[in-house]
Amino acid sequence: MADFVPNEIDARFFRERASKHLAINVSGISKRYGAKQILTDINIQISEGERVALIGPNGAGKSTLLKCLVGQEIFDHGEIATLGTSLRAKQPVALLKNLRRSVGFVFQTHSLVGRLSALSNVVHGFMGERGSWRASTHHLAPYSWRLKALRSLGDVQLQDFCEQRVDELSGGQAQRVAIARAMVRDPRLLIADEPSASLDPAAGEDIMKLFSDLSQKNQTTLLFTTHDIQHARSYSDRIIALQQGKVFWTGPSNLFDPDLSAALFR
Amino acid sequence: MSKKPKYVPKRTPKIGSFSFVCLVAIGAIILSSIGDVAPSPQRIFEGIPRLTNLLGRMLPPNMEEEFIFRMFWVLIETMEIAIAGTFIGIFLSLPIAWFSAKGISPLGPFRWLIRGVVSLCRTIPDLVWALIFVSTVGLGAVAGTMTIVVDTLGFCGRFFAEAFEDTDPKAKQAIRTIGGNQWNIISSAIIPEAMPSLINTSLYALERAIRSSVVLGLVGAGGIGQELKVAFDLFQYKNASAIILAIFVIVMAMETLTDWLRKKVS
Ligand SMILES: Nc1ncnc2c1ncn2[C@@H]1O[C@H](COP(=O)(O)OP(=O)(O)OP(=O)(O)O)[C@@H](O)[C@H]1O
Ligand SMILES: [Mg+2]
Repeated sequence: MADFVPNEIDARFFRERASKHLAINVSGISKRYGAKQILTDINIQISEGERVALIGPNGAGKSTLLKCLVGQEIFDHGEIATLGTSLRAKQPVALLKNLRRSVGFVFQTHSLVGRLSALSNVVHGFMGERGSWRASTHHLAPYSWRLKALRSLGDVQLQDFCEQRVDELSGGQAQRVAIARAMVRDPRLLIADEPSASLDPAAGEDIMKLFSDLSQKNQTTLLFTTHDIQHARSYSDRIIALQQGKVFWTGPSNLFDPDLSAALFR
Repeated sequence: MSKKPKYVPKRTPKIGSFSFVCLVAIGAIILSSIGDVAPSPQRIFEGIPRLTNLLGRMLPPNMEEEFIFRMFWVLIETMEIAIAGTFIGIFLSLPIAWFSAKGISPLGPFRWLIRGVVSLCRTIPDLVWALIFVSTVGLGAVAGTMTIVVDTLGFCGRFFAEAFEDTDPKAKQAIRTIGGNQWNIISSAIIPEAMPSLINTSLYALERAIRSSVVLGLVGAGGIGQELKVAFDLFQYKNASAIILAIFVIVMAMETLTDWLRKKVS
């Protein structure tokens, strides 16, 4: 148990971060699908530059919450402010160009266009920019976009596969393409739904390290979900645990101990 | 060993009294239709001498150089009707499919209007369209081409729309979340995903067009059909058999070509 004791420095670090601008401010949101309550009165504040892991059992509502944050799902009560853009309850899914330009989103299921090349899919990350019809495929894209897309693919060790069709890549490779697509615009906020789920242990570590480096270097706010408690503990400053649509626990990552884990996944 | 399941689905589906009545009615309709209009063995038997007589007068097909040469140019015209009509039809089908596809159409509920027009094009048989166009634009190839355009529109308009609707919603969702608008979604996710289906449908439309361009001439809409009708009307059975032979060769050749193209595409 000894290494789970909070230490002074970590606690101060956490407080300092929390005092800065908020990247995400969720106040009292609830959501139901039909009669089923999915999220109940969620309150979450995430500071800019913070790295947060969202954990919890299957069906806890993690993916749903992430989608609400970027206005991809409607919620019933409460309010969300993501990077200063406010999203209100029952507000129809909107274009939100400014918000989307500064958010990178990695979906739980990778959601790529299978018949297009890896490079084209990464170039899709520029949708919403001026002249975005040129982002349809890499053949039309401006030089700078192609270059950035290639670098992004390089970051996930896939530069050699850039011309291969995505439906001819392995599951883990496709997942890395999706990560490259989310990172191509150097987002201020990177939201990743189980980015390491279909990756082998080494590739999973690599991706988590990559995210961490990115957040260190560019002050990117990072919010990711994972079922790997070790990843959550090592690559986040703070853990938020959801259980049946409610915040079950939140605190500095090093305070999340096996007892809590057992209670969360019971 | 886990517990015995509470409920095991039945192997054989139960059949209700309503379904039973329906089955009996369908059987009765099939039997009475066969009784009313199907040829009796006697009729077939009596027809055989007349058929051999006709075949005798048809063979050998007319192979005079001057006749063959003239037919060659008529055949070219037939193919032109088919190719021009299919091409224009496919071209017009793309926006029509876009306007009528569910979840993609900018017209909302009014897409049913477009659907209706497409259904009208499809349900009225091509020979009827040919009659209509012959009486509006006059005898000849132009009426034939217009017929093929409308016929292709009815066919491709429907199947293109289905191909658009069948594309993976996750990829579309992702493009939207990145910040893409409706156009971006169409150009970067829907068109690439639907491409094999679009090409297959187009090739099939071309086959259909070749087959119908051959008979359009029977009602005066240009092409080889006109020559066939004249040959039968004037009892020039040797000419008729040559034309039938030519049609057979041309249709077979086109089917081989489209089959080969289909293989290339997939
Ligand atoms: N489109 C939908 N319609 C109805 N119910 C849904 C829909 N999407 C999700 N749900 C329900 O919402 C609940 C939360 O789902 P969600 O995907 O957010 O869980 P999760 O925490 O991401 O789980 P996992 O760890 O398995 O990814 C589940 O019970 C699920 O059945
Ligand atoms: Mg999930």
